[in-house]
Amino acid sequence: MIIETTGLRKSFSSRAGREKKTVEAVRGVDLKVAEGEIFGFLGPNGAGKTTTLRMLATLITPDGGDATIAGVNLRKQPGDVRKVIGYVAQGGSTWDDSTAREELVLHARMYGISKTEAHKRASAALEAFELAEYANRKCKTYSGGQRRRVDIALGIIHQPKVVFLDEPTTGLDPQSRAHMWEEVRKLREMGMTVFLTTHYLDEADALCDRLAIMDHGQIVAEGTPAELKQEVLGDVVQVALPQNVAAAAEVFDSAEYVKKLETTDESIRLYVEDGASVIPQVLRTLDANGIKLTSVELHRPSLDDVFLAKTGRSLRES
Amino acid sequence: MKFLRDTWLVFQRQMLLLLRNPVWVVVGITQPLFYLLLFAPLMKKALGQGAELTDAQAYLIFVPGMLVMVALFTAFSGFGLIAELRAGVIERNRVTPVSRVALMLGRCLRDVVSLLFQAVLVTVLAVLFGMRVQLGNALLAYLLIALMALLLSSLGYALGLALKSEDALAPMLNTFIQPIMLLSGILLPMTLAPAWLQRVADFNPFSWAVKGVRELFAGNPGSPDVWKALVILVPLTVFTLVISSRAFAKSVR
Ligand SMILES: Nc1ncnc2c1ncn2[C@@H]1O[C@H](COP(=O)(O)OP(=O)(O)O)[C@@H](O)[C@H]1O
Ligand SMILES: [Mg+2]
Repeated sequence: MIIETTGLRKSFSSRAGREKKTVEAVRGVDLKVAEGEIFGFLGPNGAGKTTTLRMLATLITPDGGDATIAGVNLRKQPGDVRKVIGYVAQGGSTWDDSTAREELVLHARMYGISKTEAHKRASAALEAFELAEYANRKCKTYSGGQRRRVDIALGIIHQPKVVFLDEPTTGLDPQSRAHMWEEVRKLREMGMTVFLTTHYLDEADALCDRLAIMDHGQIVAEGTPAELKQEVLGDVVQVALPQNVAAAAEVFDSAEYVKKLETTDESIRLYVEDGASVIPQVLRTLDANGIKLTSVELHRPSLDDVFLAKTGRSLRES
Repeated sequence: MKFLRDTWLVFQRQMLLLLRNPVWVVVGITQPLFYLLLFAPLMKKALGQGAELTDAQAYLIFVPGMLVMVALFTAFSGFGLIAELRAGVIERNRVTPVSRVALMLGRCLRDVVSLLFQAVLVTVLAVLFGMRVQLGNALLAYLLIALMALLLSSLGYALGLALKSEDALAPMLNTFIQPIMLLSGILLPMTLAPAWLQRVADFNPFSWAVKGVRELFAGNPGSPDVWKALVILVPLTVFTLVISSRAFAKSVR
């Protein structure tokens, strides 16, 4: 395991007027990341993803718990951790008036790399990330996608074993996003372990070898996307109702084809083995009890269903 | 070794950016220039107490004050740092093994260099207007204001890191710089002040600095005011450098 954490915790106290508030941003995170995989942290805004990453990147000290990254202890040797990791922050990291090349050379040199080697690596990175054309232009003239690629190039200029990418595609247009996914996969091909965060379901599903779903500072589920979806009990039939949600729930509760049932304000979610064959039965049951419905939808399980099953909320809504 | 190399790296980068956009140096020079042209002539009569001073004499009193005033402005260094924090540059630097002291010191040295550039410009202008000062004395005076710049810019960085917003930093600096400036005899020597005000000014390290620089410009490098200024400024500068490097090492958002 290239990353192992045990019981990582962090809380922040902030002052709102006279009141002192404490936010428990991360509440005991245990995880293992295998070498060479793309590991994803999926969770809504405020789940504690960035805080966990910042702890692992030695930017903030954990309140509790510990971690080992590429065999180096986070608390005892933060200086050595810095040498083996790269970190790409959520909000970007380039200076408007610098050029990509300048940023890359300086950043490499901050890792102790010699001047000539730094220039070589900068040129190679600019080629690899298709930035050579703009290399000597100021960063403020770049598009969002170009600027993000500079950020990633900076994060790996010293050839780290592990690279942390905080929301690498947030704010990018669909084309740049697809491009970025390719870049991330290339990092894995180069032998790096990638630890990224995202709040996009499709991204977690398509890009990550394994993921941990995070909510309110804790990991609520962990596994490959396929494993996680299997954990959810089969298909979901979602019945939207104009009223009488409670009454309908009572009716379905006793139906033997329903494995599990959840209600939201205007709908019921039925977890069933084979959704397609159950729909006629659902309609008949509603009809027999004189309950009107708005619509019926069949879902194959998605990561959102996993999130919903684990937290009672939909990731799309939160 | 690594620390020196890292400091040089940071300094180089900061100088490059400064030269790319030298508007702040230009802004920094216009204000002392206005004072030199529009205010210093007033002092000829005011300071002469009856007999009018010559241009040269007035400048010898006035230019040292101007130099310290320019040095005081380095306390505004925090604004640039907050912009860098916001851009994520500082955080990116902090994930590398680069020396934390170097992150701060490289920036301070940039501030010192740009200050010295302004100081030389002010002095040269005054010399063109007839002031005379010995090179050795001027260099010693530059050492004093360089110390001040180091002290104030590192303090500015510590404040910037602590407050993290321009809105909090601006009133803070204005509140402190204003009285420090008034109580250091920048425009008029504190010897003109009533006794109680002089006592208060004695607690202002920059008032001692102004006295020291004035003695140097007056051609008295052996004056006790010179070594007093050094004895006061050196430990203070070391202290703020330590505080500020700690702030860089500590977690910042
Ligand atoms: N420096 C900080 N001071 C106070 N609260 C913070 C700070 N950083 C994060 N938080 C809070 O911690 C929680 C988790 O934040 P974060 O880790 O950024 O979540 P995510 O990256 O999953 O969106 C949020 O409630 C956030 O407001
Ligand atoms: Mg985040």
